[in-house]
Amino acid sequence: MFKSIMEWVDARLPVSDLIKSQATEYPTPKNLNYWWNFGSLALFVLIVMLATGLFLAMHYKPDANLAFDSVEHIMRDVNFGWLLRYLHANGATFFFVCVYIHILRGMYYGSHRSPREILWWFGVIIFFALMGTAFMGYVLPWGQMSYWGAAVITNLVSAIPVVGEELVVWILGGFSVGDPTLNRFFVLHFLFPFVVFGLVILHMWALHAVHSNNPDGIDVHEGKDTLPFHPYYTIKDLYGVGVFLMVYLAFVFFAPNFFLEPDNYIPADPMKTPAHIVPEWYFLPFYAILRSIDFLGSFSKLAGVVAMGGAIAILFILPWLDRSPVRSFRYRPLSRQLFWVFVLDCFVLGWVGYNPADATLFDGALPLIVIGRTATAVYFSYFVGLWLVTVLKIEKPKPLPKSI
Amino acid sequence: MAIEAEENRRDFLILATSVVGLGGVAGAAWPFIRSWSPSADVLAQATTEVDISALQEGQMITVPWQGKPVFVLKRTAEQIASAREGDKVKLPDPNPPSKDAERVKRPEYLVVLAVCSHLGCVPQPIGTGDFGGFLCPCHGSHYDTSGRIRQGPAPANLTVPDYDFKDDGNTLVIGKAVG
Ligand code: HEM
Ligand code: FES
Repeated sequence: MFKSIMEWVDARLPVSDLIKSQATEYPTPKNLNYWWNFGSLALFVLIVMLATGLFLAMHYKPDANLAFDSVEHIMRDVNFGWLLRYLHANGATFFFVCVYIHILRGMYYGSHRSPREILWWFGVIIFFALMGTAFMGYVLPWGQMSYWGAAVITNLVSAIPVVGEELVVWILGGFSVGDPTLNRFFVLHFLFPFVVFGLVILHMWALHAVHSNNPDGIDVHEGKDTLPFHPYYTIKDLYGVGVFLMVYLAFVFFAPNFFLEPDNYIPADPMKTPAHIVPEWYFLPFYAILRSIDFLGSFSKLAGVVAMGGAIAILFILPWLDRSPVRSFRYRPLSRQLFWVFVLDCFVLGWVGYNPADATLFDGALPLIVIGRTATAVYFSYFVGLWLVTVLKIEKPKPLPKSI
Repeated sequence: MAIEAEENRRDFLILATSVVGLGGVAGAAWPFIRSWSPSADVLAQATTEVDISALQEGQMITVPWQGKPVFVLKRTAEQIASAREGDKVKLPDPNPPSKDAERVKRPEYLVVLAVCSHLGCVPQPIGTGDFGGFLCPCHGSHYDTSGRIRQGPAPANLTVPDYDFKDDGNTLVIGKAVG
């Protein structure tokens, strides 16, 4: 019965063919390690976010006078509203965990290098879209952090010469963050994840055109070096989802506010800025870069914004900065060291971004801003350094295996 | 020859059609883009009137104007003197109005937009910053008693809005009526 139905469908739309060639029998390198789980995990979180977000939107009110209360209404009155909200709020955190690991995986194993540049670009575009989505979502509860985060970030636009000021007014729909801003952010926050979903399909299309890289970073021989995706990787990805859910749900059920700011439970007050504005943790390194550029007088603001955007946009050209004949850092001792310095540096930047701008260490002997500037320099030096050690052939790669 | 002319003709037609088409799309996009600009009711909140008759020397109030906070400070003699001192140093933002006399209509009243020129936070009340003025807590910008940037990442002085006094100086009118 089922078979004959499928035959009828396949004669009209070749569904079985697509499932076979792109999923069940899709050839996958047999040596993928657990770092390769984070792509499917990111997709899993995206689906969780779409589902919880959709149902939250059925109770939320995008109105400056009602928004804060409607979130409290969701938390207190709506059946399982607290669960939907905590899943969604913590989901954003774990989305970034997955995507950061996913990106670093690509940087370490050279997954961005030829022929995967377009695949990589879609990834970076997804990352930008994700940041925009997360930012606008954080505005919706209309607490103090929502409001002032929105004020600070939209103000970045005013750094653009000539048209900046007018552009901010246009984006806000007023002279300050207000009801029109909240309303349009809500609509865009609703829309963006579906755009991201479309981008993920393009990302997967590009992946399936060139196939997965692998921890050795060498080209694989189909058949000898590959396994059908099902059951080998369906099982492995599902196992990853299980482990992931344990961590994610531990936060949702036992420490749901760990990543949230207490100040965001105070309703937005346009007349009063909280003493210390902190963005969500996943923006901290970039926030630190923004604040570190404060020594260029009236150019500081524009330069800070450019540096912050550039810190991410530089990923677009990473495939061409790395000139080594070898993809994977497994066989590149020097690049590997640079990589770990880079990862550490991102944590330092995050820590600097978390602290107040005028904080100091050792009783004022060491202003944090100095650490921030240094860490910013190190961040960009990674990319320059990687280019230098490969273009000048300073690094001697270890011999590559003949096959995986 | 005839074929070449035919091709040129086609190229021209395709180009012309595309240009007209794009122009049409741009024109159609305009209402959508403009719908994001401040609407009539937002623009209508152009002015705010504040009763300042009860304001004591050294006292500061924050009043909303166009959804933005405005500091109204009745300055003490020292605060005025300190602002005049500031006229003598090299300021990070020397663009007018930067002399204290240009920034106030009456020396005892300082009226400035409480929006940090860095990224738009509200600076803290008078007396919190170095130079006796306002400290912006977000990224550590210090403004003096004339609302001028003296230290920190902010590129410009606090904006002096359009304002006027009426009722013998008992009422402050912030903003200009539009239209
Ligand atoms: C919503 C976010 C994302 C989702 C759902 C997603 C999903 C996936 C999936 C399912 C895979 C295949 C499995 C794997 O290799 O892990 C993949 C591969 C890949 N992704 Fe993503 N991705 C996302 C964001 C990104 C970002 C931000 C980047 C880089 C900036 C990126 C770069 C890559 C690369 C280079 C590959 C090929 C991996 C390889 O074969 O080594 N992805 N992605
Ligand atoms: S917003 Fe005031 S110092 Fe940055």
